[in-house]
Amino acid sequence: MEKKRKKALVKGNEAVAMGAIEAGCRFYFGYPITPQNEIPEYMSAHLPEVGGTFIQAESEIASINMLLGACSTGARAMTSSSSPGISLKQEGLSYMAGSEIPGVVVNMSRSGPGLGGISPSQGDYFQATRGGGHGDYRVLVLAPDSVQECYDLTMLAFDMSDKYTNPVLVLGDAMLGQMKEPLEFKKYQPKKFEKKWALTGAKGRKAQFLKSLYLDDGELTVHNWNLFAKYKRMKEDIRYEALFLDEARLVVVAFGSMARVLKSSVKMAQDEGLKVGLIRPITLFPYPAEFIRETSLQVKNFLAMELNTGQMVEDVRLSVEPGTQVDFFGLPPGSLPAPDVFLKEIKKVYPE
Amino acid sequence: MKQVFKRPDCLVDIPFHFCPGCHHGIIHRVVAEVLDEFNLREKAIIAASVGCSVFMYDYFDMDVIEAPHGRAAAVATGVKRARPDNFVFTYQGDGDLAAIGTAEIIHAANRSEKVTVFFVNNTIYGMTGGQMAPTTMIGQLSTTTPRGRDPQEAGHPIHMAELLATLAGTAYSARVAVNNVKNLMKAKKATKQAVRAQLDKKGLGFVEYLSTCPTNWKMTPEKANRRIAEELIPIFPLGVFKEEQAPAEAGVG
Ligand SMILES: Cc1ncc(C[n+]2csc(CCOP(=O)(O)OP(=O)(O)O)c2C)c(N)n1
Ligand code: SF4
Repeated sequence: MEKKRKKALVKGNEAVAMGAIEAGCRFYFGYPITPQNEIPEYMSAHLPEVGGTFIQAESEIASINMLLGACSTGARAMTSSSSPGISLKQEGLSYMAGSEIPGVVVNMSRSGPGLGGISPSQGDYFQATRGGGHGDYRVLVLAPDSVQECYDLTMLAFDMSDKYTNPVLVLGDAMLGQMKEPLEFKKYQPKKFEKKWALTGAKGRKAQFLKSLYLDDGELTVHNWNLFAKYKRMKEDIRYEALFLDEARLVVVAFGSMARVLKSSVKMAQDEGLKVGLIRPITLFPYPAEFIRETSLQVKNFLAMELNTGQMVEDVRLSVEPGTQVDFFGLPPGSLPAPDVFLKEIKKVYPE
Repeated sequence: MKQVFKRPDCLVDIPFHFCPGCHHGIIHRVVAEVLDEFNLREKAIIAASVGCSVFMYDYFDMDVIEAPHGRAAAVATGVKRARPDNFVFTYQGDGDLAAIGTAEIIHAANRSEKVTVFFVNNTIYGMTGGQMAPTTMIGQLSTTTPRGRDPQEAGHPIHMAELLATLAGTAYSARVAVNNVKNLMKAKKATKQAVRAQLDKKGLGFVEYLSTCPTNWKMTPEKANRRIAEELIPIFPLGVFKEEQAPAEAGVG
C-alpha cells in the first residue's frame, strides 16, 4: 500500500481516503458523484487489503443508513459525497445525532442550488454548520485547506466522532478534492474510546438499544438539553489558524480553499506595508467565536470572504464586539480568481 | 406440571400496545418463538422500523437499532457487514418497506445481504391513521382513498414476496397468514426458513405476513380476521416463491 512511503503526491480526495484507513475506518458506503469519486475508488481498492468492506450503495440515502447501522455496532465507518448527495443524507444525519451514534461524513462540495455545477463553492456552509437536517442538532465540522489537512483532519474526525458520539462532517470542495500536493503520511495514534453503547448482541449483559424517539412526558426536553450541553462541550476542540494578527488593522476571515488563496493575498498586502491579518476557522462548528471576539477588541475592521453570497459572514458578525465594522466579499460559483483579485477587494475596505 | 404455554424468552414480559385483534402481536410471537428455537436471543441485532411496530425495543429482549422510516434494510446491511457473526433482522410494515423503503429492500436483496426481513402487510398505514398503502386493495377505502382505491389513479396492490423472488440475491421468499391455526403453523415454518437462509449464508430471507388492522379497517377483530381469508388471500396468494439451496462449500471456512 501507499503507506509504506513517507511522502507522496496525491489528490485531496485520496488523502481523505488514506487518512480514514489509517484512522481505522473499516467500512465505507457511498454513491458516485463528482468531484469526490476518488474517495470511493480508493476505498474499493484498499479497504479489502486491511480486511475492510466497501459497498457501492444504491443511493446516498442508503449509504448514510448503512453508516448508521455499521457505526451503531461501534465500528469505524465513513461515507462521502458532494452537495446534492449530502442533501440526501440529512435525514440519516439527524437520526445519528438524535441517537448519538458516531460516524464520519465527507462533503467535497460542489455548487448549487439543484444540480448546479462541479466548480468549487462554499454554498453548503449553512447546511453544514446548522445541523443540516430536521431538529435542533449540530455536527462537528472540520474544514481543511490543503491535501495534508484532508488527511490529518479526516483522522481527527474519527476521534472527534467517537469522543462526542456524534457525526462529524469534513467539508472540502471541488478544488481541494482535485488538487495534487505532497502528502506526508503520519502514523495514527489510537485513542481508547469505551463503547458501552455499541450494539453487539445481548450476550452476558442486558439488551440495549439506540434510538431517537422519546414520547414520554418531558423525556425529549431532557434529551435535547443533554445534546445542547454536548455541543457546548465541543468548544474545547475549536481549531483555527491565525496569521499576521499583531498590529493588524484589518482581519480577513475565510475558510477552506478560499482561505488557501487568501493566504497569498494577505502576504501580498503585507509586502505592500498593509497591516492585514487572516483568521481561518478550521472547526466551522463549533465556530472560533471567542477568538474572533478577542481579536475584535484590538482590531476594528473585519472582512469575511467566501465562495458564496454571504453565509459565514453571519457568524463573524455574531462573534465580534459591538462597534466592529464587518465587511463582506463573496463570489457565487464560477471560477476561483487569483490572489491579486482578492488583494484589490482587501484594499477597498482597508481602513485609512 | 409441564408448561405448555409460556412467553418466548426473546420477549419481555409486558403486554403489547397493539389494538385488539391486531396481528402484529401474533407475528411478534411467531418471530420470537422461532428465534428461541434457534437460540438467537444473545446473537440478534434488530433493525426496527417506523410504524406501529416502532416499539420493538420494549418487547424484544435483544439489541435494537432504530432505523429511519423505510431504511431498515440499509441499516441492517451496515450492522451485518460490521458484525457478520450476529443474527440481523428487520421487521417492517407495508408503508415502510413497500413505499418509502422500496429501493433499500430491493438492493439489499439484490446484494444478497445475509439478513432476514419480516414484512407485515396489513394493506394500510396503521400508525399514521389509515392512509392508503402500496398494498391497499383495489376499491378499498382508506383516509386518502375515500372513494376506494382506483388503480388508474392510485396504482395497484404491490406484491413484494413475488417481486423479491425474482432477484438472484433473495434466498427465500414466502407469503403467509396467521389468521388460523393451520396458517399459523405454515407461518412458523416459513419464518424458520427465512432465519436459516441467513444462518446458512445463502442470502436474504423474506417473509410477508398478511395482517389485520381492525382499527383502520373499521372492523371488529372477528370481521378483520375473516377479511384475511375472504379478501386478502385471493389477491395475495400464500406460498413459497423462492427457496434457494445452500451453496456448495467453496473450500474456505
Ligand atoms: C420520512 C417519514 N415520512 C413519514 C413518516 C410518517 N409515518 C410513520 S409510520 C408511517 C407508515 C406506517 O405504515 P406501515 O409501514 O404500513 O406500518 P403499520 O403502522 O401499518 O404497522 C408513516 C407514513 C415518517 N415517520 N417519516
Ligand atoms: S393501528 Fe392497526 S396496525 Fe396499528 S396497532 Fe392498531 S390495529 Fe395494529
